[in-house]
Amino acid sequence: MALLQIAEPDESVAPHQHRLAIGIDLGTTNSLVATVRSGMSVVLSDEKGHPLLPSVVRYSADGKADVGYAAEFWKSLDPKNTIVSVKRFMGRGHADIAHGETLPYDFVDAQGMVKIRTVAGIKSPVEISAEILKILRLRGEAALGGEITGAVITVPAYFDDAQRQATKDAAQLAGLNVLRLLNEPTAAAIAYGLDNAAEGIYAIFDLGGGTFDISVLRLAKGIFEVLATGGDSALGGDDFDHRVFCWIIEQAGLKPLTLHDTRLLQGHAREAKEYLSQHGEAPITVKLSSGEYVDLVLTTDIFTEITRTLVQKTLSATKKALRDAGLTVAEVRGVVMVGGSTRMPQIQRAVGELFKQEPLNNLDPDKVVALGAAMQANLLAGNRAAGDDWLLLDVIPLSLGLETMGGLVEKVIPRNSTIPVARAQEFTTFKDGQTAMSVHVVQGERDLVSVCRSLARFELRGIPPMVAGAARIRVTFQVDADGLLSVSAREQTTGHEARIEVKPSYGLTDNEISEMLKDGFSHAREDASLRALRELQVEARRLLEAIHSALIGSAEILSPGERARIDAAMLHLQNVVDSDDRPVIDAAMNALSDATNAFAARRMDQSVQQAFTGKNIDQVTL
Amino acid sequence: MSFENSVPGSKFSADHFALLDLPRQQGLDSAELDRRFRRVQALVHPDRYVQAGDAQQRLAMQWATRVNEAYQVLKPPGQRALYLLTLLGFDPQVESNTAMPVAFLMQQMEFREEVMAARAASDEVFLEAAHATLHRDITEAHQQLITLIDHQHDYKTAAELVRKLMFQEKLLHEINDALEAVTS
Repeated sequence: MALLQIAEPDESVAPHQHRLAIGIDLGTTNSLVATVRSGMSVVLSDEKGHPLLPSVVRYSADGKADVGYAAEFWKSLDPKNTIVSVKRFMGRGHADIAHGETLPYDFVDAQGMVKIRTVAGIKSPVEISAEILKILRLRGEAALGGEITGAVITVPAYFDDAQRQATKDAAQLAGLNVLRLLNEPTAAAIAYGLDNAAEGIYAIFDLGGGTFDISVLRLAKGIFEVLATGGDSALGGDDFDHRVFCWIIEQAGLKPLTLHDTRLLQGHAREAKEYLSQHGEAPITVKLSSGEYVDLVLTTDIFTEITRTLVQKTLSATKKALRDAGLTVAEVRGVVMVGGSTRMPQIQRAVGELFKQEPLNNLDPDKVVALGAAMQANLLAGNRAAGDDWLLLDVIPLSLGLETMGGLVEKVIPRNSTIPVARAQEFTTFKDGQTAMSVHVVQGERDLVSVCRSLARFELRGIPPMVAGAARIRVTFQVDADGLLSVSAREQTTGHEARIEVKPSYGLTDNEISEMLKDGFSHAREDASLRALRELQVEARRLLEAIHSALIGSAEILSPGERARIDAAMLHLQNVVDSDDRPVIDAAMNALSDATNAFAARRMDQSVQQAFTGKNIDQVTL
Repeated sequence: MSFENSVPGSKFSADHFALLDLPRQQGLDSAELDRRFRRVQALVHPDRYVQAGDAQQRLAMQWATRVNEAYQVLKPPGQRALYLLTLLGFDPQVESNTAMPVAFLMQQMEFREEVMAARAASDEVFLEAAHATLHRDITEAHQQLITLIDHQHDYKTAAELVRKLMFQEKLLHEINDALEAVTS
């Protein structure tokens, strides 16, 4: 469902019009929005000139949410209602959250994803993230002076399916039309590659506030090909802060702290870490609420020592990604450093030693992901000329599999498969007359179900009774270009088809999303049904436009009868698109879609047929 | 997929070689394969159809999936041979046909036991050496497959070699895992 494409009824979009598109880096610590203006990717600042929006949301009793600097102010004053680093909770259950015991929140272990009880009610990480995205959407609209066609939202490459789905849900909730979920290191590679006309094998080392990614890419003119990716979706600057925080408590011999003092010390720990990026030692002086003083000095040596295992984790993941790519360190042409946490000197040093070369730091590590996302958004919105575009080939970070007998995992799609990808696996019944089968989808690299992430469980019913082992149940996994999975199953021998589209257990149902949307709208006093109508109208116009240009391009492959049917369906949609009758518009869109399905398929086939004959109907520069 | 029927001679349902307009042979220029894959992928990839209707987007996803599959099968020489032999009617039946020369099986079993022992003993040096040896054997087998399939048309022997190759590749995988476990 496309959201937020509200155009005035008479403002039909002309072909090749510049579409307003944004790229959003939804970070653990800070978030940014960027766009391409006059061919240049730029980060959009707020009215005070701040490019970064702290990813902090504070709820007050009246239900209002403050976001960014306004919320950050309340971090230690109102810790329970001021949510920082919400990205770490996306698509995660309570048990998955690292150092949960030191966090000041009132967690509610809801079905699937953890939630937080605030003064404004129970909030899911999706809703909290949506507050951040809303501010960025408004910033984009204000800067661009119009409705935004769509957005590219970045996610850590190592995010699993549940975390990706949660991010997409949050964007939808914030009223954004998601053009694509883009992996953060890939976004950085686009920004770096295009700016520097880089060619060859590059590694992107991305250590953010809460996540670590390593991606190995092959860059060439017009192509960004991810060869392998790896990382840890719960390893980032926050963990370095936490080590310092623990060190302070240990050194100062502190008793259990109040929430306020915890936040206070966490803040000082982070400041000390940042100070060490420029200095040899950092003084830590804090007055606690008990009146007690903490007075310590953190030296570079101590800091390096207490964070050694964290750095080691990044190096292990990097070596693994290189192995997966079948490459050696010597074949890597450059290592691009991304994410604020790569400012730490010990990270720079460790990466330099591993790759036997100086890491590349010529792009702002805080902004490069957003800049790349904006470039990709601009491309996807169709704003680049043929021949001046590129093809992006990304991979899934973690293997997908199914639970088999004895709690073992049968891998169906291995990690680092280029997406989109589909794979089918056949299973059979193990009892005579068995008519149902439960399918458990997991993600991860281990052989045991218990240590992989559970994505979805569903029952396949209505299998015709047969002797054990006779049924052939084909389970198909499809991962789309966003890296999101859908699963379907079907019994082969009898042709009995039980197609089940699976949403991950951690994702939200469409109903939940529309409920949340309704809630959101009643707050903002917007009319949900009017908005839905406008969205549908924009989508209808987009469909008309797409078919119109397809007809110009390859009308000759249609018979007169087919053409007449399409023309009639187009005319009908054209006539009803401005009405306020949603079912009628919907039906007209479906009719047009039906009328053009065969045309679309033939057109695609034709373009592939002609790919190597030299008379391509589409631009091919590769 | 309903459109397969509506499009006679569709590239979609063509074999992997035909899809990428490549000759049906084991010896392929890897750079040329890359170029052809990218060329077709650039035409059908969902990123090209973000602004199109849902049906067209779904179609693009199916096509891009199809093209990725072709590339994944044709790129690694072992997979390519397996696929090509199946096309030629000499399915190596790697899943079901476990009949293998006894000497080869014995040798593989011994090798595997040594790898397991080296893993248990964290013997990185042995594992690295085993990796190098096996890698060399596999590369040699790749060359042999070109001779057997493209020049001698001896598909029966080639099928047997592919079965061996699958064994060796699995073992190479295990050595990789062992190296990973030992070095991390």
